[in-house]
Amino acid sequence: MAALSTVSSRASFGQRISWGPLTAALGILLFLVAFLILPVAMVIYVAFTDPGSGQLTLANFMDFFRSALFRESFYNSFYVAAMSVVLATVFALPLAYITSRFNFRGAVLIQTLGFVPLIMPPFIGAVAMQLLFGANGSVNLLLRDWFGFTLPFMEGLNGVILVQSIHYFPFILINLSASLRNIDRSMEESAQMLGSHGMRLFRRIVLPLAMPGYIAGASLVFVKVFDDLGTPLLLNVNNMLAPQAYLRISSVGISDPMGYVISVILIVCSIFAMWVSISAMRGKDYSTTQKGGGGLSKRDLGALETAGCYLVVLALLAIVLAPHIGLLLLSIGTVWSFSVLPDGFTTEHYAVAVNKAWPFIKNTLLYAGIAALIDVLLGTAIAYLAARTTLIGRKWLDYIAMAALAVPGVVLGIGYLRLFYSVDIPFTGAPLATWWGIIVIALATRRLPYALRSCSAALQQVSPSLEEASENLGAPKLRTVRRIVLPLMAAGLVAGFVTSFATAAVELSATIMLVAQESDAPLAYGLYLFMQSAAGRGPGAALGVITVVIVGLATYFAQHLVEKARREQSASAGSH
Amino acid sequence: MSSFALKAAAGAAALFASVSMTTLAAASDKLTIVTSYPADVTDVYKSAFEQANPGVTVEVVNKSTSSGVKFLKETASNNSADIFWASAPDAFEVLKGDGLLVKYTSSVEGLPEKIGAYPINDPDGFYTGFALSGYGIMWNTRYAQSYDLEPAKQWSDLTKAQYFGHVGISSPSRSGTTHLTIETILQGEGWEKGWEQIKWIGGNSYTITERSFGVPDGVNTGSFGFGVVIDFFGFSSRSSGFPVDFVYPDVTALVPANVGVVTNAPNEDNARKFVDFLLSAKGQELLLDPKIMRLPVNPEAYANAPEGFPNPFVGDTIKASVSFDSDASKAHYNAVNALFDSMITYRHKELAAAVKAIHEAEAAVGEGGSQAAKDLIKEARALVAWTPVDLETANDPAFGAIFTTKRKSEDDKSSGRQAEVEQEWDARIVENYAKAVDLAEKAKSAN
Repeated sequence: MAALSTVSSRASFGQRISWGPLTAALGILLFLVAFLILPVAMVIYVAFTDPGSGQLTLANFMDFFRSALFRESFYNSFYVAAMSVVLATVFALPLAYITSRFNFRGAVLIQTLGFVPLIMPPFIGAVAMQLLFGANGSVNLLLRDWFGFTLPFMEGLNGVILVQSIHYFPFILINLSASLRNIDRSMEESAQMLGSHGMRLFRRIVLPLAMPGYIAGASLVFVKVFDDLGTPLLLNVNNMLAPQAYLRISSVGISDPMGYVISVILIVCSIFAMWVSISAMRGKDYSTTQKGGGGLSKRDLGALETAGCYLVVLALLAIVLAPHIGLLLLSIGTVWSFSVLPDGFTTEHYAVAVNKAWPFIKNTLLYAGIAALIDVLLGTAIAYLAARTTLIGRKWLDYIAMAALAVPGVVLGIGYLRLFYSVDIPFTGAPLATWWGIIVIALATRRLPYALRSCSAALQQVSPSLEEASENLGAPKLRTVRRIVLPLMAAGLVAGFVTSFATAAVELSATIMLVAQESDAPLAYGLYLFMQSAAGRGPGAALGVITVVIVGLATYFAQHLVEKARREQSASAGSH
Repeated sequence: MSSFALKAAAGAAALFASVSMTTLAAASDKLTIVTSYPADVTDVYKSAFEQANPGVTVEVVNKSTSSGVKFLKETASNNSADIFWASAPDAFEVLKGDGLLVKYTSSVEGLPEKIGAYPINDPDGFYTGFALSGYGIMWNTRYAQSYDLEPAKQWSDLTKAQYFGHVGISSPSRSGTTHLTIETILQGEGWEKGWEQIKWIGGNSYTITERSFGVPDGVNTGSFGFGVVIDFFGFSSRSSGFPVDFVYPDVTALVPANVGVVTNAPNEDNARKFVDFLLSAKGQELLLDPKIMRLPVNPEAYANAPEGFPNPFVGDTIKASVSFDSDASKAHYNAVNALFDSMITYRHKELAAAVKAIHEAEAAVGEGGSQAAKDLIKEARALVAWTPVDLETANDPAFGAIFTTKRKSEDDKSSGRQAEVEQEWDARIVENYAKAVDLAEKAKSAN
């Protein structure tokens, strides 16, 4: 009897090892099906039906490719996304390089301010940019006064590229920096001993080793810009795919299936882009077994070099923080109309904003915090399953999760209403769709791709042999993951949490469909309330500044905590 | 809950007992309003209504008009909203058509039935007008001065060469109020001439904004100087201190902004009270709040209006030469949206190029130019003015069917798909605009 029980407990132990990943995979799949696939499918099946007869058809897709307008939109979206990656790289590369290569006090500045552009609340970013760089914005008013000409910074696709790359370059900065920090110093030292220095060292050793982070960031920027709706809409650029989809889905009365057709095409293109970026990494091993030295060795700078670095950093920060500077001016200005600076300054707007802000702030921190936590957990699990197990179809979890990036917020919002409105919350009897938790899930689903890319980039740099070593020493799988893999991935996890949290805090398009009562509304929604009227612009901007500061601080502290834990861990590891 | 509210609720319950069985439950302490109005408007009414009805908490759910309509549609099976409160009568027509509003005739008496020939309330009683809106031109005075532009007083002024690149307008498919403006021009000027005028305004525009508020916002910041807006945007911006002004052109109409009680409202009794409150002397007076600035439907409310505030019931500050025909509007509602987007929103760059080329050619040729050059310009103008469908087709229900996938039964079939039709239009429109540029350039060199 005793022997039997031992056998059975063995068996169950053995089962747990192989069943664990499968259960996790099924759980994740269930989440994705319930909160992404089903709601979206319920909305976009229209794309596959004939509007006249209601039968299944692909005619709508033929219409898409036959239409000159849609082909042009397709091209424009592609062009804007590609150019945004290029420009975002121009912003991010020097900043990432300087922080990771040199002992430079400005590095703190970069790390602190580098992710701030991600926290750009809806509506006001574009308003602020127009006030500064628009056809009649501060810069052009000065140019017209002094030199009699103006520059079209914000016209058409150029404006979209500029605003997008400013907004999303932190994806590259954060992921690339995380990657650079993860490179083992010994790799660099070996190269130096073998006689490689300077640019050659950077090109042949550092850059390739940092590639997972760069690709993760760049592909996020590409897909995000390709699918982004807010910026083109606010700059009134209509000839791109996402605005075309949105304009057709949300006009009153008309039910043209083309909006949903475009959504399907956006989703397919995003999955394709992710597949390309993942394939580009395939067959290359970026992991290093030693994790001794926290990143590349840093060099001290001469006085002239320091000045040069500061110049580059400050110039770049001035560009990427321009929307926030505009926002700040807007929030403390009285009337700002066709002038270089506001007519006067006041603190009144803050008094109005603070009065209403607290419930919004509380909701935002709660929602974005939980959503980002869910994202990091799911992101790590998906990344681990995709990279370290042999489950069939494991990569598809990754692709499906990434597809969330391409789902317009409106589509997800309508899908949630459709799917969850008829479901009641136990005990209260209120519809599930009106529960604030559903907003959290919507945010988590929409921001999962950010965390996922960071997590899988981080995992790619951890060598499986470290896990094998741990397992050889008798540690069970879960413990290996917890004690070995997760600590080594910490930088990537923080990057994932930061991007998910900061962007979830300013999400509006799905939220606005799901907010059922003002007491449950997050900050972005509060901003929306203000930004609908002339008198509300100042207080709206003030609320925007409050949002940026609070989300910024929260993100900073989260990062700080994890960094501290990491340092302590590596210090204790070093003392052994 | 205070005894006053209980008494009031009990009284109301007795009053409406015959209408609804839910009235006892409706003596509740909540009221949920779905609205497109900004916090500036809703805050004022929320606190005033709560003060007038102690114990009742007003919950405001703010959504754009179109997402508000979608929200009510999607949530009808388990409705939590009591009131729908927005400007565009079209949205209320859509809700009424889908059975999402219930009839309610306010107990407030002594209000006019009509403004001009337009009924202020829904003749069937499903929604009630509480304020009036006219459409006009708003401009930034600093901008106009800097670019040395006269304030435009009529729609036709906005088509002139000197305003090229200085105008802003929204799209009727995005903004219910812009739809009303476009429809007013089409009714006032006639289909062909109206579209021609609209296209020249579109071509002169710096941008076509995605939402109604984008236009006043652009004028306020000075992104562009002149905007086609609904009146209260102009008035409230001015009273907020922006250097802007507003004028009603002769071709304008006064259309009510509305409120309606939602079907199966959980707090139907409070919803009715809210409608009554909006129409009461107090509720009408609040419309004159500097941040709101809407025209009350009660003529007596104008007694306390600030100076310069127009009164549509006396004098002729608002000529309102068009008496808006909402049946005519409904007949080609979707067609107008689709036409505007095809000809102007999606081809704004091409249209602006054509309009610019013709402006330049006209300046070069002038009054004394050769007949050949003038003929070329005329031809170019005709190409810009070309509209894919005439009024008769636009009003044809068979044609209108391509814009809706809602089929009444499985056997219903409509011919053609919107995308197919729009692609045909688009090809011709792009070709026309390109040809217009060529002709205008020829005219310049032929002179």
